[in-house]
Amino acid sequence: MSDNQAPQAPKAMRGVGNFIDDRFHLAKMGEKNLRKVFPNHWSFMLGEIALYSFIILLLSGVFLTLWFNPSMGHIVYDGSYERLRGVGMSEAYASTLHITFDVRGGLLMRQIHHWAALIFVASLVIHMLRVFFTGAFRKPREINWLIGVAIFTLAIVEGLFGYSLPDDLPSGMGLRIFQGVLLALPLIGTYASFYLFGGEFPGEVIIPRLYSLHILVIPAILLALIAAHFMILWHQKHTQYPGTGRTEKKVVGTPMFPAFAIKAGGFFFFTFAVIVGLSAFVQINPIHLFGPFTPTSITAGLQPDWYMGFLEGSLRIFPNWFDITIAGYAIPMGVLIPGLGFMGILFGGLAAWPFVEAWITGDKRPHNLADRPRNAPVRTGLGAAGITFYGLLWLAGSNDILSHTFEISLYTTTWIFRIGIFVGPVIAYIITKRICLGMQRRDRETLEHGYESGTIAQLPGGEFVEVHKESSPETVHVLESKESMTPRIETPAANANGVESPASRSLMGKLRARLADWYTRDNISFVGVEPHSGHHLHHGSHNGDGPTHGVQGSENGHGGSTASDKVTQGAGQNK
Amino acid sequence: MTDNNTDNGNGNGSEEPRERVIGTPTGGGDALVAGKEEPHRKHEGPYLAEETHARPEETQIRGEKIAAVWFLIAFLAGVGFFVSYFSFAPNAANEPVIADPATAQLANALMGGTLALSLFAIGAGMTVWARQILPHYEVASPYDELPSPPKEKSSFSEFFMRSANESGFTKRPLMRRTLLLAMAPLGLAPIVLLRDTGPAPRDTLKSTLWEDGLHIVVEGTGRRIKAEDLSETGGMISALPEAHDGDHGLSLDDQAKTVILLIKMDPDDFGPQMNQQRLDWTHEGIIAYSKICTHVGCPAALYERTTHRILCPCHQSTFDASNGAEVVFGPAHRPLPQLPLRVDNEGYLVAAGDFSSPVGPTFWDAEVKN
Repeated sequence: MSDNQAPQAPKAMRGVGNFIDDRFHLAKMGEKNLRKVFPNHWSFMLGEIALYSFIILLLSGVFLTLWFNPSMGHIVYDGSYERLRGVGMSEAYASTLHITFDVRGGLLMRQIHHWAALIFVASLVIHMLRVFFTGAFRKPREINWLIGVAIFTLAIVEGLFGYSLPDDLPSGMGLRIFQGVLLALPLIGTYASFYLFGGEFPGEVIIPRLYSLHILVIPAILLALIAAHFMILWHQKHTQYPGTGRTEKKVVGTPMFPAFAIKAGGFFFFTFAVIVGLSAFVQINPIHLFGPFTPTSITAGLQPDWYMGFLEGSLRIFPNWFDITIAGYAIPMGVLIPGLGFMGILFGGLAAWPFVEAWITGDKRPHNLADRPRNAPVRTGLGAAGITFYGLLWLAGSNDILSHTFEISLYTTTWIFRIGIFVGPVIAYIITKRICLGMQRRDRETLEHGYESGTIAQLPGGEFVEVHKESSPETVHVLESKESMTPRIETPAANANGVESPASRSLMGKLRARLADWYTRDNISFVGVEPHSGHHLHHGSHNGDGPTHGVQGSENGHGGSTASDKVTQGAGQNK
Repeated sequence: MTDNNTDNGNGNGSEEPRERVIGTPTGGGDALVAGKEEPHRKHEGPYLAEETHARPEETQIRGEKIAAVWFLIAFLAGVGFFVSYFSFAPNAANEPVIADPATAQLANALMGGTLALSLFAIGAGMTVWARQILPHYEVASPYDELPSPPKEKSSFSEFFMRSANESGFTKRPLMRRTLLLAMAPLGLAPIVLLRDTGPAPRDTLKSTLWEDGLHIVVEGTGRRIKAEDLSETGGMISALPEAHDGDHGLSLDDQAKTVILLIKMDPDDFGPQMNQQRLDWTHEGIIAYSKICTHVGCPAALYERTTHRILCPCHQSTFDASNGAEVVFGPAHRPLPQLPLRVDNEGYLVAAGDFSSPVGPTFWDAEVKN
């Protein structure tokens, strides 16, 4: 068949190709990029979801701008939606009603835009967690991690601003809280608020201003950052999970053209279909039910979009005990710390982590193979602690609903979160780290013994044992990919005369040594473990039992020739 | 199949291209086995022969059919989208039929449902295409060696420094420094230009419209209030100052600062924070507080009459209305400002002055008296 003999390109394509190449000399570069390798793993699709939902946001957003009127001019509504006729409102709110009740497909586009925003931020978070837990942020990819953190931060700000534009009751209340947090800033708070809002809250300019930020400035920056994210990814190539043939030197996967392009295209349509499906059947942000914003009204049980939930929660549970007054000037810590400090901890911590980890471990090598999360127990534990911290704050943002649902006092829920926010992350850290270490032990055992076959054999001595079988080469490869975890700080501990080097004697040096110890101490060593060698880890009960060794040795097939094996057998014979 | 290959030819001798090997699939099979000796010559596809694993022709034919069915479904759903769009056309009087919320929901479900189905079907068809027609294989590509070889690095650094020297930027400090100096005002200009985005705060936040003799009216109706209107102990009304020029005279800015809660309670319930001045500001157990929470500015709209507690639904700051609106729980720091009350000659409730302290979220100089 001629399938594999490349047919000549159709004349029209050759024409276009030649036209371009005559001007840009792109044949070689074009081929190289069409051959770009995409490693196959489901978790690599998370970032794709973010990209696709961003594209959907751009498309649906452009549609909405055709009718939306970002004006705070006060009018009395006289439009198609009967229930609000005669009600005073801003033109922004009225035009949102127009999109909903006069423009066919307008409601759909509004819901698509909102759902896509929620999914955009959600997929960013999950993608980020994947990169964190697999250590894909390590050298040489720290810059791309930082760009990712910037995208995440901007996406949240972009979401908050977009949420504020329709000028319905919850959206205005979100702005009010934002302004309240701004006011709390020492010295500059009132100025920042007056300049941003053009005077007092709510003023008459905030929506046009947020509109220009929301549809132009922030999307442009986001687009630039996303482009940079991709160019760096393209240049550095993807990380990959350990496996046969996958090494630090060579990336293995599906080529961009044709297979990945078609798969990714299909995935784009799936993402789009899910967002449109949600928009068709799950109502979101029904602003016509909320009514227009007035600064004097509120309804109980208001919930912000999910990604603002953790800030809402932190504002709810942070007490006023630390509010101070210096020479009569108020510093409302109860607003500053939860409103800005927690965000600083979250984004600052994320941004700093690659460098902190490299500093602690002294690891300066480039990494292309992703870590299995269990093989970095402290990092994984910290990640779990971070998720718990964030998750508890997020839940605390719904404490009134929780209190109502579970019929516990509102103040009790607040106290549960106030305590849980400290205890929860510690517990999550300990449990996660222990699970990781347990999985490491299990891995070492599998590596040495093969997998449990489920077959029970009886030994001549009457003892029952489970027969282990050799794992596949792929499994062995994956298990063997675990790096030994020793602190790699280069500073020599002591010179020839036994005097500690200044670097390790300094306070930072000591801190670093302690952190490195904490980071690596409990890790299970795989050093010297030979695949299917059988007995390296063997428990004392088997040592005196000759026949056991005989059976298992033959079962595992490798003849017990490794050093560790001999040692164990020797010990057995001595008894 | 590769076994066959190695068994038969040792690679070096056979010049003639191998046609077929028994037992290999026909469709695309040639490439799979042919390229062992000289893959580059035999296979002109995108990848080396040993890297490709074509699907059996049978699978591909079935895949093509299934994908085509999905694409047809996508097409029909796409047509369905247009049908649902045009079936919600404005009525004869040119009024939109989707103005009715129920119809709007139906239109949304139909348009969204057909669109989602169309998108899903395209995705499904492409997935079938990828899984049943595209050959399955993985290819490898080397990662860049990091860092660049010392030779390249030193060559770059040498070139850069030589050129920088050549430019005179390093050698001519006067020029360099004056250029940097020249840039400074330009860099600051955009920031300075933002100055007129808003007025300076001055003391705007510390005073409101409320003044002695200004009538208190019910929020929403604009009706003046007499003390008897709050006859029932435990009653609560959300109120505003009377606008001088009709219904819409009060801007949102002013509403946000002046809105109050009027609460009637048994005067015996007043707590120790209610000093003589604060008691003077009440009228027959009627007390007025700012409705705007001192935490971050939500309306503290919930009132529990038995405990006299005012609760802000946003972050649950709780104030004791019987005790100067002291904070009893939650993140707020300052009590709600109290509005002095009295009645005028006709018995209507009026303000007796402005609030006892600045309204709304605490700002840095909120507690500084002028």
